Amino acid sequence: MNLLSKFITILMILFAPIVAQANEHQESEGEGKIDVKELVFGHIGDSYSWHIIGDIAIPLPCIVYGQNGLNVFMSSELGHGGHYKEYNGYTIAAEGQPNAGKIVEVSTGERPWDISITKNVLFLLISTGLLLWIFLSISKRYKEDYWRKPTGMQAFLEPIIVMIEKDVIEPCVGKNVEKFSPFLLTVFFFILINNYLGLIPVFGSNLTGNIACTMVLAVFTFLFTNLKAGTKHYWLEMINPEVPTWLKFPVPLMPLIEIIGMFTKPIALCIRLFANMLAGHVMQLVLIGMIFIFAQMSVAAASGVSILSCALVIFMTCLECLVCFIQAYVFTTLSALFIGLAQVEPHHEEH
Amino acid sequence: MELLTPDFGLVFWMVICFGAVLFILGKFGWPVIVGMINKRSEEIEESILKANEANARLAGTNAEAERLLAEAKNERLELLKEASKQKDQIIADAKAEAAKKAQDLLDKAKEDIQLERDNAIKEIRTQVAELSVSIAEKVVREKLSGDKAGLDMINKLLDEVNIAKS
Repeated sequence: MNLLSKFITILMILFAPIVAQANEHQESEGEGKIDVKELVFGHIGDSYSWHIIGDIAIPLPCIVYGQNGLNVFMSSELGHGGHYKEYNGYTIAAEGQPNAGKIVEVSTGERPWDISITKNVLFLLISTGLLLWIFLSISKRYKEDYWRKPTGMQAFLEPIIVMIEKDVIEPCVGKNVEKFSPFLLTVFFFILINNYLGLIPVFGSNLTGNIACTMVLAVFTFLFTNLKAGTKHYWLEMINPEVPTWLKFPVPLMPLIEIIGMFTKPIALCIRLFANMLAGHVMQLVLIGMIFIFAQMSVAAASGVSILSCALVIFMTCLECLVCFIQAYVFTTLSALFIGLAQVEPHHEEH
Repeated sequence: MELLTPDFGLVFWMVICFGAVLFILGKFGWPVIVGMINKRSEEIEESILKANEANARLAGTNAEAERLLAEAKNERLELLKEASKQKDQIIADAKAEAAKKAQDLLDKAKEDIQLERDNAIKEIRTQVAELSVSIAEKVVREKLSGDKAGLDMINKLLDEVNIAKS
C-alpha cells in the first residue's frame, strides 16, 4: 500500500507541469473551453503539413492542377495553424466553409485536382519504401543462400510469412495459390506496416484509418476476386443460382442478393479496417483529451484524471498492437476466402 | 461525413504506391521468398529421410560386421582347439614312437646279449671239452699200455667222441 501511494505521488509530480501548462495555455488563450473534437479530428484527419509538436510543422509539397495549370509549391506558402494565406490563386478553406481544410481555388471555392504529398501520402511513401526495402533485401538473401539459417529481419519475418502463406492463403484460396499469394501477402504486410507506423506517437499518421486507403485495398480485392479468380460457374451461380424458381422468377430476388453481395463483401472489408483503426486512434486521443478537459476545472482533478488516462492509454496502446495485427490478418483472411469462394467449380454429383 | 469521403489525392497515391509494391514484390519478392522457403523445407525433409536411410543402412552394416567378428572369433577358437588337439596327438604319437624304438633297441640288445652268451657258452663248452679230452688223453695214455682192456676202453671212448661229434 505504501509503495502504491508513493507511486501515485511520483506520477502526480510528473504530470503536474503538463497539467499546469495545459491550464495556463487555456487561460492565455482566453477561451473557456478546449475543443477536444478539433484536437481529435486534427490528428486522425489528413493535413498538408507534418505537424510535430506545438508550432513546429514540417511543410510538405502541394501538387495541384486547377484553372491556371499545374502548380507545385510547399504547404508553408499557404500558412498553417488556422491562419491561411493565398498563394497563386489557391488557399486552404477555413473552418465552417465547404471543403474545410482542403486546398481550394480562391476565385470559385472549388477543389482543383489535388495530388499533394499530404501527411498520409508521405507515410504511404515511407511505408512503400520500407516494404520494398525489407522484402527485396530478404528475397535477395533467400536467392543467394536459401538453405542458411534465417538471420535478422529474415528470421523475424519468415514465421509470419509462413503463417500467412500456409495457414491462411493455402487453405482459404484452395487452388491456384501461386496466382493469388503475392497479392494477399502484399496486402497483409502493407496493412501491417501501416498499422504499426500509425501507432508511433507524435510521428505516426492515420493511414489505414483513412477510408481512401482501405477503399483502394478493398477495390484491389474486388478486382482480384471477380476478374482474376471468378470462374464461369461463379458468374453462373450469381445470375442463375440453384434455388427454387420462384426466388428468381418473375422477381430476380436471389440474383439481386448475389450481385449486392458481390459489392458488400469488399465494402465490409473497407469499412472494417477503416473503422477499427480509426476507433483505436480516436480512443487514445479522447483519453488524452480528457486530461485537458479536466485541466479546465482544477489542477488536482486533472492530475488524478491524467494518471487514469495514461494508464488507459497504455492499455489501449497494448490493445492496439494486437488489433493492428488482427486487422491485417482479418483483411487477408477474408480476401483469401472471397477469392477461394470465387473459384467454385460446378458440383458434379446430381442430387 | 468528411471522414467517410475518400480524398482523391490519397486514392491516387494509394493506387500508385500499392500497385507498385504489388507489382515489384509480386515479381521479385514473394515468388522468390515463398519458393525458396518451400524449396528449403522440401530439401530439409529429403535430407532427413536420406539421413535416416543412411543410418539404417549403417546400423545394418554394423550388425553384419559384428556377426562377422563373432564368426571369426568362433573360428579362431575352433582352430586353437584343433591345434591343441593336434599338438597333443603329435606329442602322444612321438612318445609312443620313442617308447617303441626304445623297446626295439632293448630287445635287440637282449637278443645280442643272448647270442653272445650262447656263443660264449659254446666256446666254453668246446674249450672244456678239448680240455677234458686232453686231460683224458693224458690220463688214458698213462693207464693204457696195450692190453685188451685198454683197447676196449679206447674204442668205447672213440665211439663216444664220434657220437658227440656227429
